[in-house]
Amino acid sequence: MAAYLIRRLVILTLSLAAASVVIFVVIEVAPGDPASFMLGMNARPDTVAALRVELGLDQPPLQRYFAWVGGMLRGDLGLSYTYRAPVAQMVAERAQVSLPLALYALGLSVLIALPAGIIAATHRGRLADLSVVGATQLGIAVPNFWFAMLLVLLFALKLRWFSAGGFPGWSDPLLALKSLTLPAVALALPQAAILARVLRSSLIDILAEDFIRTARAKGLSRRQTLWRHGLRAALIPVLTILGLQFSFLLAGAIIIEQVFFLPGLGRLIFQAITQRDLIVVESVTMLLVFAVIVVNLLTDLAYVAADPRLRAQ
Amino acid sequence: MDTSGGKHTGQNRDSLAAAPLLDIAALSLRIGSKQILDNVALTLDPGEILALTGESGSGKSMTALATMGLLPDAATATGSIALSGQDLLPLPDRAMNARRGRDIGMVFQEPMTALNPFHRIGDQVAETLRIHGAMRRAAAHHGAAQLLARTGLDPARIPPSRYPHELSGGQRQRVVIAMAIAMRPKLLIADEPTTALDVTTQAQILDLLDRLVKDDGMGMLLITHDLAVVAQHADRIAVMKEGTIVETGATAEVLRQRCHPYTQALLDASFHRPHLAPPVPGGPLLVARDVVRSYPGRRVGLRRAPEIRAVDGVSLTIAKGERVGLVGESGCGKSTLTRAILGLEPLQGGTIVLDGQPVGTPPTRRRMQAVFQDPYGSFNPRHRVGRLVSEPFHLAAPPQDAPLQDAIARALTEVGLSPEDARRHIHAFSGGQRQRIAIARALIIRPELVIFDEAVSALDVRVRARILDLIAELTTRHGLTSLFISHDLSVVRGVTDRLLVMKAGKIVEQGPTASVFAAPQHWYTKLLLDAAPRLARPPPRQVRDA
Repeated sequence: MAAYLIRRLVILTLSLAAASVVIFVVIEVAPGDPASFMLGMNARPDTVAALRVELGLDQPPLQRYFAWVGGMLRGDLGLSYTYRAPVAQMVAERAQVSLPLALYALGLSVLIALPAGIIAATHRGRLADLSVVGATQLGIAVPNFWFAMLLVLLFALKLRWFSAGGFPGWSDPLLALKSLTLPAVALALPQAAILARVLRSSLIDILAEDFIRTARAKGLSRRQTLWRHGLRAALIPVLTILGLQFSFLLAGAIIIEQVFFLPGLGRLIFQAITQRDLIVVESVTMLLVFAVIVVNLLTDLAYVAADPRLRAQ
Repeated sequence: MDTSGGKHTGQNRDSLAAAPLLDIAALSLRIGSKQILDNVALTLDPGEILALTGESGSGKSMTALATMGLLPDAATATGSIALSGQDLLPLPDRAMNARRGRDIGMVFQEPMTALNPFHRIGDQVAETLRIHGAMRRAAAHHGAAQLLARTGLDPARIPPSRYPHELSGGQRQRVVIAMAIAMRPKLLIADEPTTALDVTTQAQILDLLDRLVKDDGMGMLLITHDLAVVAQHADRIAVMKEGTIVETGATAEVLRQRCHPYTQALLDASFHRPHLAPPVPGGPLLVARDVVRSYPGRRVGLRRAPEIRAVDGVSLTIAKGERVGLVGESGCGKSTLTRAILGLEPLQGGTIVLDGQPVGTPPTRRRMQAVFQDPYGSFNPRHRVGRLVSEPFHLAAPPQDAPLQDAIARALTEVGLSPEDARRHIHAFSGGQRQRIAIARALIIRPELVIFDEAVSALDVRVRARILDLIAELTTRHGLTSLFISHDLSVVRGVTDRLLVMKAGKIVEQGPTASVFAAPQHWYTKLLLDAAPRLARPPPRQVRDA
């Protein structure tokens, strides 16, 4: 187990190193001068030259790369050109919205998907199953921003239960959670639809396994068999999807953040791209790569924890 | 051995009064419009072993599942299944939950999949004790450990903390048995408990079941297709065919009288030996020299365990026209050796040549064909039989359309099918017919060497006899060289001239088939022959009152 962990950590480090090289090369070394790109077509040559010095572009690429990586390792993500603020600080502020939002949405999607998937699988072919399958079809087909707009129309404009957008900060946690609720629901519904489908089909497969019949032969009721023997095995593919979804939710919420005027990471990247703030783009992209790789590692470790057969390998 | 009339209960049957332990009466079962069981009647006394025998699809397992109350949702059953006088059939699921595991234990066919891979074996056994409220957690774990020891799992080697994947098939079956007998049920149902196991393991498991039945005074319903197993272990026998019991009685009596033609047919098929013309061996066709196939050992921490030699220095020669058998238990390396001969395994040492050319090269591929065990998995279900049978032609120059259709028709006719079958899909055929198609596919390009890898292991005894006849006839007619691989000695006996016995990657004995059977030299061959359940050929049928 320790050897496995060490091996995985080595792989993680190598992946991060490779990602950092790719990101750096694409943004800073590839043809085209970052400074003139950032300042636009009409910039004066001396402004561009000044920015080049400020960005350190007069230094050789290798030295710049190590300075960038070294800075990140110390927690220094550079200085945003547009906002004149440390990127690390900006990311930390935005993460206060994005991280809770992603976890909130993930939690909701699991809360919806688990019962839906279980009910569908255990009532296969009957009305409950058909309803779940129909609903998940809809959930997968309809884009989340459209859900978002419907939610705003109904719960914010018509019923006035929630605000239509904005984020008041965490000084009042309840209010903060309330303002994240509609976006979390909009994000969670399509994810829940996918999760419920995966759980349904994996549970149907597992319930046909021989060891389920053995459990019944021991005297376990259908329900006990499901909870003690069926669910754990069926959750493994669900875990895979969950890992992928978290990575997506963390930064993929750009449109939802836009609809609800939330100051999240997705919006930060979006703004940085439109304002050509390459420092921000570069560091935040690297940070997201880091998050995705770590989440993948955690998913894999969860597999090993769940399935004793994997521990032997 | 005295198998007439209840070897465990003969003495005390009178004291146990009249009511049998299990009394199935007029049991009929339908799934949709299909009649599965028709008016089945069975009785079983405490301490008695009743064998329910018959071919696959005859309704044996459905009878067991009906008794367990675990029928598929679509099934509707009528009649009665009385356990100690109480009819189980009308009981709701909740009431059956309390009886399953407590009053009736069940052992299944497939030990590899019958255990939950995510739970420790001790926990799985303890669950039976806990679910019925017999013991609390700590006591149940202690009880589970005792039960596992009782079924022959040495706690020093296989502690209860193991997971199923760390156990062999026979060890897993012992765990399943421990779960089934945990509550000392009155009735134990064993559904083909040893069909998936090797012959030496089969003998141990059957002896274990015998002993448990005797010790606990359980009644056992032993479901098996194997008449040799029945003859050695059952007090009484019920022969099942197409959902009805055609003959029942004391084992020795039924095997001697064989009142029903079906019983007679089953018994004949069990003794069947195909007629094999004497061999006309020519020069060497396949020569394997010092073949080694090894795998890197498992990684333990940062080190590696020593390599595993699946095939460990095997040398063998098969002459043209010779029919050679290769026997051994699962894991002995016979499948790996087979794949190596087909050129499908990289070798770490040695050479295998077919008529002077190394195997795996295109010219050798078309001169060798194989027939595999699984008649269900080895065909692409989307293609028609004609296309499936003509597949090997891509190794040779494919004939034009008309000659191709002729070849397909000839190949199908030769294996006893009709040329029209070429237009049908594979799902329309039974297991035996599929094996015929597999043989047609192997022979269509007239190979010189045909490898039969457990080719009849999945078939019922009567179908098996006919397929063995077909193989014997075709090898004789075409002067084929064949290598017949099987774990079942009785199968190899009839279709081979020479026999190789393999153990732990090595060939431990070889010689003419008849003399290996008559006078085995190596201890392992003797062990295999001893462990195989034997069916004494009963005297010709007599008139009942003779």
